Amino acid sequence: MTSRRLDQILLAAGVLVLWQLLHWAVGPDVVSSPWATVARAIELMRTVAFWGHAAATASAFGLASVIAIAAGIGLGLWLGLHRFAGDVADPILGTVYSIPKITLYPLILLVFGLGISAKIAFGVIHGIFPIAIFTMNAVRNVAPVYRRTARVMRLSSVATAATILAPAALPEIVTGVRVGVALTLLGTLIGELFAATSGLGFALIRAMDVHAVTDILAITMLIFIFAASVNAALGLVERRARHGG
Amino acid sequence: MRPSVWSNAGRAMAASLDGQISLRGVTKVFPGHDGHPDVHALGPVDLDIARGVFFTVVGPSGCGKSTLLDVLAGLSPATSGTVTFEGRPLAGGVPDGIGAVFQQDASFFWLNVRDNVAFGLRRRGVGGREIDRRVDDALAFMGLADFAKAFPAQLSGGMRQRVCIARTLVLEPKVLLLDEPFGALDQQTRLLMGDELLRIWRETGATVVLITHALDEAAMLSDQVAVMSARPGRFIDIVATGWPRSRDSRIVSDARFGAITAHLWDKLREESLRAMGVGDPPDNRVTGA
Repeated sequence: MTSRRLDQILLAAGVLVLWQLLHWAVGPDVVSSPWATVARAIELMRTVAFWGHAAATASAFGLASVIAIAAGIGLGLWLGLHRFAGDVADPILGTVYSIPKITLYPLILLVFGLGISAKIAFGVIHGIFPIAIFTMNAVRNVAPVYRRTARVMRLSSVATAATILAPAALPEIVTGVRVGVALTLLGTLIGELFAATSGLGFALIRAMDVHAVTDILAITMLIFIFAASVNAALGLVERRARHGG
Repeated sequence: MRPSVWSNAGRAMAASLDGQISLRGVTKVFPGHDGHPDVHALGPVDLDIARGVFFTVVGPSGCGKSTLLDVLAGLSPATSGTVTFEGRPLAGGVPDGIGAVFQQDASFFWLNVRDNVAFGLRRRGVGGREIDRRVDDALAFMGLADFAKAFPAQLSGGMRQRVCIARTLVLEPKVLLLDEPFGALDQQTRLLMGDELLRIWRETGATVVLITHALDEAAMLSDQVAVMSARPGRFIDIVATGWPRSRDSRIVSDARFGAITAHLWDKLREESLRAMGVGDPPDNRVTGA
């Protein structure tokens, strides 16, 4: 654990050094220095406008995540428990998952218009498929010996699902949620970049329009920290589910 | 010091030698699909396993040993014939009083050892204090007391299999079905688990039905060894070993152990060769055992 922590610190230090070198190489008009960026990020965090954008992104991302997780797990469970439906849906889900969703953006805009619902929809279509695929496979891959054990213990099918199949499938489902939530954030931010009137993605695009390099990097860094924190939190949940404690 | 739960179990041994499990004309045919023909996996077989006996089934791979176990556990219905447990025909599902341990690791990775062992009792709505007592006994009996808080991921394969055995024994089964439970373990662990199994059998008084492909294991552990033919599986021989009830793995040095193993191998070799369509040249043929 300590050596892993050391690795993380070394990695962070390495990134900072590279960043500084890049800043010296290309100049402040292209890449601001790490220190200037951190200072600007702290400054931004003291403004009301920043928190308005952050709140807009957070609420869109939060809602999109809830919808993607609920619908993705629901769909995945159903497909996992119904062999035939799963066999039919498996290649379809795989194909839809691999489509670049950005091509659907004009359609989403036409349907949902500018605003939070388009962002949410765009987040959901990024997140729902990986979650559904992981969940379906999680249920399908539960070791057959668990089902046999349940039958020898004379459990009802409801008790089997609740006390054996669900916990056995949980680690894989959490992995799917982790991947899905990361993609939901991506989808939400892309939605904000292209057509929105608020949110961190919108703030980023506006900073690009006025060529405020330090702002661009400061906002990017804050988004990165947020995404990394969400991922780390879900990683913790995943480890707990996998090792049972 | 023997845990209290197990001390009364020996009494079951005094019971009659009636067929606790009886199979009459049992067959199992798996229907073919996608143009494949039906697979006739088992039988017809007749079999009586008396109460308290250590009964082992050996046979060439794919001969329907596991199908037999599924059928007599009630996990899979017979295509024809009748299976009776304690005189009552199986009516869909596993009857109360049958426990099973499989080759694959079935320990619940999300529960610690104690909760694994308590699982079945909790599902049956047994009272908390009763659960604690019986789980403590089962953990002590299987040498798991020091690992009660450990999770399966922290244990070796052999220890995990002990957890599965403890989880089954705590429900006090009258028949313990074991489908190659040591198949995934190394040789040394297998021998030690064999001793463990004999001790469990002796002290619980349960009837044990073991499926294995290891002839030495069969010869060492069993009162009776049934040799199965290639598919469709039928019994071509049932050998009574005549071992004393107090045996352990040291009987492998007994001269009769070699003779029994050789006899089983003779039967099985003949059958396996026949199944592969290869016959011994007549002058090479091993003469009768």
